[in-house]
Amino acid sequence: MLSRTAASLYWLGRYVERADYIARLVEATLRLDVLSTRSAGEDAWRSALAVTDTEDGFAASGAVLARESVARFLLSDSAHPGSILRCLAMARDNARAVRTALTREAWQAINGAWLIFDQQVRRLDSNATLAVVEAVKAETRGFEGAVHRMLRNQTTLFIRLGQAVERTDNTARLLDVKYHILLPEGERVGGTVDRDQWTTILQTVSAVTAYRWLYSDGLNPANVIDLLLSRAELPRSLAASMEETVIALTGLAKSSGTQGEADRMARTRQARAARTRTGDVIAAGLHQHLQALIVENAQLHDAIGRQFKFHH
Amino acid sequence: MGTQAFDEIMGAGGQDGARPELADLCRWLDETPPDELRRRQHSAETTFRQLGITFAVYGESEASERIIPFDIVPRIFLADEWERLSAGLIQRVEAINAFLVDIYGERRILKEGVLPADLILGNPQFRPEIAGIRPPHDVWAHICGIDLVRTGPDEFFVLEDNARTPSGVSYMLENREAMVRLCPELFAKFRVAAVDSYPDMLLETMKSVAPRGCGQNPNCVVLTPGHYNSAYYEHSFLADSMGIELVEAADLVVDDDVVFMRTIAGRVKVDVIYRRVDDDFLDPLVFRPDSMLGVPGLIAAYAAGNVAILNAPGNGIADDKAIYSYMPEIVKFYSGGAPTLPNVETYRCREPQALRYVLDHLDELVVKLVDGSGGYGMLVGPTASRAEIERFRAALIAEPHRYIAQPTLALSTVPTLVEQGVAPRHVDFRPFLLTGSRGVQVVPGGLTRVALREGSLVVNSSQGGGTKDSFVLLPGHGAPPGMSQTMGGMTQTMGVGPGGAA
Repeated sequence: MLSRTAASLYWLGRYVERADYIARLVEATLRLDVLSTRSAGEDAWRSALAVTDTEDGFAASGAVLARESVARFLLSDSAHPGSILRCLAMARDNARAVRTALTREAWQAINGAWLIFDQQVRRLDSNATLAVVEAVKAETRGFEGAVHRMLRNQTTLFIRLGQAVERTDNTARLLDVKYHILLPEGERVGGTVDRDQWTTILQTVSAVTAYRWLYSDGLNPANVIDLLLSRAELPRSLAASMEETVIALTGLAKSSGTQGEADRMARTRQARAARTRTGDVIAAGLHQHLQALIVENAQLHDAIGRQFKFHH
Repeated sequence: MGTQAFDEIMGAGGQDGARPELADLCRWLDETPPDELRRRQHSAETTFRQLGITFAVYGESEASERIIPFDIVPRIFLADEWERLSAGLIQRVEAINAFLVDIYGERRILKEGVLPADLILGNPQFRPEIAGIRPPHDVWAHICGIDLVRTGPDEFFVLEDNARTPSGVSYMLENREAMVRLCPELFAKFRVAAVDSYPDMLLETMKSVAPRGCGQNPNCVVLTPGHYNSAYYEHSFLADSMGIELVEAADLVVDDDVVFMRTIAGRVKVDVIYRRVDDDFLDPLVFRPDSMLGVPGLIAAYAAGNVAILNAPGNGIADDKAIYSYMPEIVKFYSGGAPTLPNVETYRCREPQALRYVLDHLDELVVKLVDGSGGYGMLVGPTASRAEIERFRAALIAEPHRYIAQPTLALSTVPTLVEQGVAPRHVDFRPFLLTGSRGVQVVPGGLTRVALREGSLVVNSSQGGGTKDSFVLLPGHGAPPGMSQTMGGMTQTMGVGPGGAA
């Protein structure tokens, strides 16, 4: 496979995953703000910006922090590189560059997602926001399905690799920020539970029902952390994302007959995660643990680029 | 002009009814309500948009992407018409190829005084850098698109030869795909030659001209300028349907006169390149030293015989508008016989007498820039404003050698779905020909472009033109053999379980 093609596929995976993640984050935040009995209001939107690490970018845009302005910023602001619109445009750009590697189905999902923003979204009240979010989710789901039905070759492996690396980053940031907001320094895990906030986390990773299946003792922060950190059954958990990274890299190694730095990093990381117990992580400091993981994930991203000669 | 035009379905008169062989199409048009036709057309266009079959419009702000309008009413060529037309096309393409071999080789045609030498050697499309290079198997114009117009049942004229990187074949294929899906009943009425083997034919052509010593499976690639190019969809579509890599210049590297592509596992040798990149951007070491684009060393590898390039660099000299008016002489020179397919009468404004005539008849003529394309820089006299005509008059007097002029022909029409219903609209036609080491093949179909505005003769997509499917009928009469209703004998039986009864 051409190195340029591999790079585009990998980035395609990353951008689609990011767009899907932001869509789910906006949806969960909207629930927290509007549908909850005790509306979190502005705080909900401030934390959505924190999770996407875009507080500064939003402040620079000059908009006043409010539901509609943040929703627009995250959804359809063409000046904000982290908006869903821009992520999908980048995804589509990469998809176009590797048009031949994708099936029609996969391409149509990407193109369809991009076309959602074709008509200028005028007003973004709650209903319009939800409609856009639903439409984006439907297309990204369609893309996942299409990728799943493509030949299981290097093409799909690079897309999956990009998705897995992106997902690791997203889940780590989500958990880090929400945890920080919910349990400021000094408070103990197990204190009064802000049900709505913790439910928001689960909604963002589509795990509300999964949680109930896996934990019988009601909503409790330690369990939510355990679920996102170490339950590989949950596709968006860190454990599953790291495992998926290893699977994709191993598949690529098999088909090319060579391994490299990225393989070693990914395997080491996964093995370490498997030995780690959630209780120990919380005791030693979840924030430090997640920050280290985010940095390491970025290093893995660089190693992947070197190993597959993304830049020649 | 519009009133006497030959209609390819309805015949010359109009009132007398359709041409007998095509009466079924008229019945189909009568039976299918315009709203239903419109619905199908809309469905096709939605599909094209979803697939991303778009083109960029130059000169407009933003990276605007548009689809080319698709017309649901097909154009139909009868089997015998097609046979005669094909013979003329093959003769023309063989002559183009022989001309290129000669011009970059012996130059017999210049030595014998058939063409003025300055017309060739002083033409910017002539590439002295290429002279003396012999492409594998002596094939130069592998993929040709010959633009034709029609004025009567057997009256076809060549409007333009395209021997560089003709585009449009993806529309031929996608339009057929849409027609089969949306109007299956038409394929029951007519025996239509299939076009879907085009990618196989193209790959076969590519392999046949691979340099000797590449083995049974030469590595073939499509070279694209990139995904911002207006024809990118077609490039990717072709690479995809042939199952070969779509590369950009930056993916290729030349080492010791051998071309390689950069892959995740290192360099892989490339043997055959179907390039959809202009000569200027092929190799900065040879053509455009100021350009960062292209593959440095590609032409050296080509000259060393290590790679085949389709179409051959330097082909522009064969389809240049300044050369066009000499094509009848060129065809005669190489084929030894009279050209079967005539040119449109052409006034070379570089010749004083012709210029005088053109200036006196600007309101009747079509004036074209010799080095223009896509309908830009063109005057259509009969529909032009006074001011436009005067602008062209000044330009012609200033630089006559840059222009040619042609009479406006009564271009044929084909019924077309427009706002008011089905009405005749002018069309042109681009058939495609493939030349490999074993000779020339005509693809049984092509790209029909239609001027959607009433009376308009401008079919370019950049100027509001659309496309139609082009049926080529197979020899023999009657409906095609019926399709089997059962699929391999497997049918689903419902409601009949053990002990159950219908």
